[in-house]
Amino acid sequence: MSQEHRFGLGLRKPHYGDFLDGPAVPVDFVEVISENFMIDGGKPLDVLRRVREKHPVALHGVSMSIGSADGLREDYLQRLRGLVDAVQPLFVSDHLSWSRIERFNSHDLLPLPYTAEALDLVCTNIDRAQEAIGRTMLLENPSSYIAFEGAMTEWEFLDAMCSRTGCELLLDVNNIFVSASNHGFDALAYIAGIPARRVRQIHLAGHSQGRELLIDTHDQPVPGSVWSLYDAALKRFGPVATMIERDDDIPPLGELLAELDIVRGIADEQTRRAA
Amino acid sequence: MRLHELQQNFRAWLTSESAVDFGERAKPGLAVYLNNYRTQLLSCLSTSYPMVRSWIGDAAFEGAAATHIDRTPPHSWTLDAYGLDFPETLDDLYPHNGEVGELARLERELGLAFVGSDALPVDPSSLAEVDWDRAIIQLVPTFTLLPVTTNVGALWSALHNQETPPPAMRLPEPAHLAVWRDGFASKFRTMVAEEAAVLAQIRGGKSFGDICAALVERLGEEAGPAAAGAMLSRWLTDRLIENISATLS
Repeated sequence: MSQEHRFGLGLRKPHYGDFLDGPAVPVDFVEVISENFMIDGGKPLDVLRRVREKHPVALHGVSMSIGSADGLREDYLQRLRGLVDAVQPLFVSDHLSWSRIERFNSHDLLPLPYTAEALDLVCTNIDRAQEAIGRTMLLENPSSYIAFEGAMTEWEFLDAMCSRTGCELLLDVNNIFVSASNHGFDALAYIAGIPARRVRQIHLAGHSQGRELLIDTHDQPVPGSVWSLYDAALKRFGPVATMIERDDDIPPLGELLAELDIVRGIADEQTRRAA
Repeated sequence: MRLHELQQNFRAWLTSESAVDFGERAKPGLAVYLNNYRTQLLSCLSTSYPMVRSWIGDAAFEGAAATHIDRTPPHSWTLDAYGLDFPETLDDLYPHNGEVGELARLERELGLAFVGSDALPVDPSSLAEVDWDRAIIQLVPTFTLLPVTTNVGALWSALHNQETPPPAMRLPEPAHLAVWRDGFASKFRTMVAEEAAVLAQIRGGKSFGDICAALVERLGEEAGPAAAGAMLSRWLTDRLIENISATLS
């Protein structure tokens, strides 16, 4: 499917006023955390309704737990379906990870082993999720701090998962960089192994150096290393919706829009080179 | 290792730091996940209970949160649900300071009201034709009654306004705080026992006529209807009523 470049931001509380009351914010879409709006009513849903009147909205989940060995929670899927029906989102995404097992929910994106057993389980769960919400899901590659022994690489797993379920990909370029650094694989080989036509959205973010590992903190500007990888990613994938994902130490909106202008510049350069 | 077993082992690591055999190379990563897990839950409790944090202080709050995280692993898909039982942990930790748990319950109910179901309060000018003997009053869906024995309402208000809070004290008699959402703002006010009892009956489906009859029996022919009218007027002013269902045919 041919795509256009689109440029977006994650909608965060400090910027609600900018999006609702200020002049039109120059973005093609915004992304919200689905679970923040899977509620009965009140101000958050009103904010979402009003933002949706101005911008396409992508729903990005953190709690589906697509890798749970004991399946998905039906109450979660019903809630998400309600939100999807109300918002008519541009994309619906979650992570290739797990958070929940039995009655325990870690509220973190925990790593999966890339084994045939995990692939079967993840594909079964994706099939159920796509059926429940009536939409094709986008799955995001996680950043990880443990790599289990597995039969395949993460990109081979993503490729097989997309082939079997028809799901698509939200590629987080920062996560590729973080995981490549932590586990010692080649980030460019990762990008080369991704099924290009499945990539529908890209996240860009910053990270921090921990004691021994890079940590996916989303609390600072996109670093040069991630910009370089993004350039390589666009070269391979062509035009794709891209956004800055900032979750902590959130700066004034103008700073994020300036980062988004860098995204536009890289995309324009790619378009010029491709012409 | 099968996936189910791996995930059970990972849970054991996060909740009780039980040894897991993911290999030597996994140790730094396991430490990162453990830190993420506990930091996330502490942040959730801190965001949900800012007045309790102000009241007992940062160090005591973080100690209480650590106890809660140790004894109460999260189970819901929504992080909003984590901490709903934090007041019970505070009751255990502060058995001689009843205001701590009650302050937490007030914050919990205000938080639940904030994201509760929407409702438009009834327009008082639309009530001219109501048959009050048969009227069934429907309160807004976020309305709840919180029993209290201490002055937590005053504590919350002072802390919220960043004023010096009054000393905690027991109320002369147990009371209730009514909590609800008006528009997008969560609100509360103190209710004496009689008003709270009447509202509990209304929530149970009793008609306004039956409420009045009971008040007449207890307060007399003049004071009973007057008390009912005063309460109704206040509920309309507070925008507590969503609908009044029985009208003249």
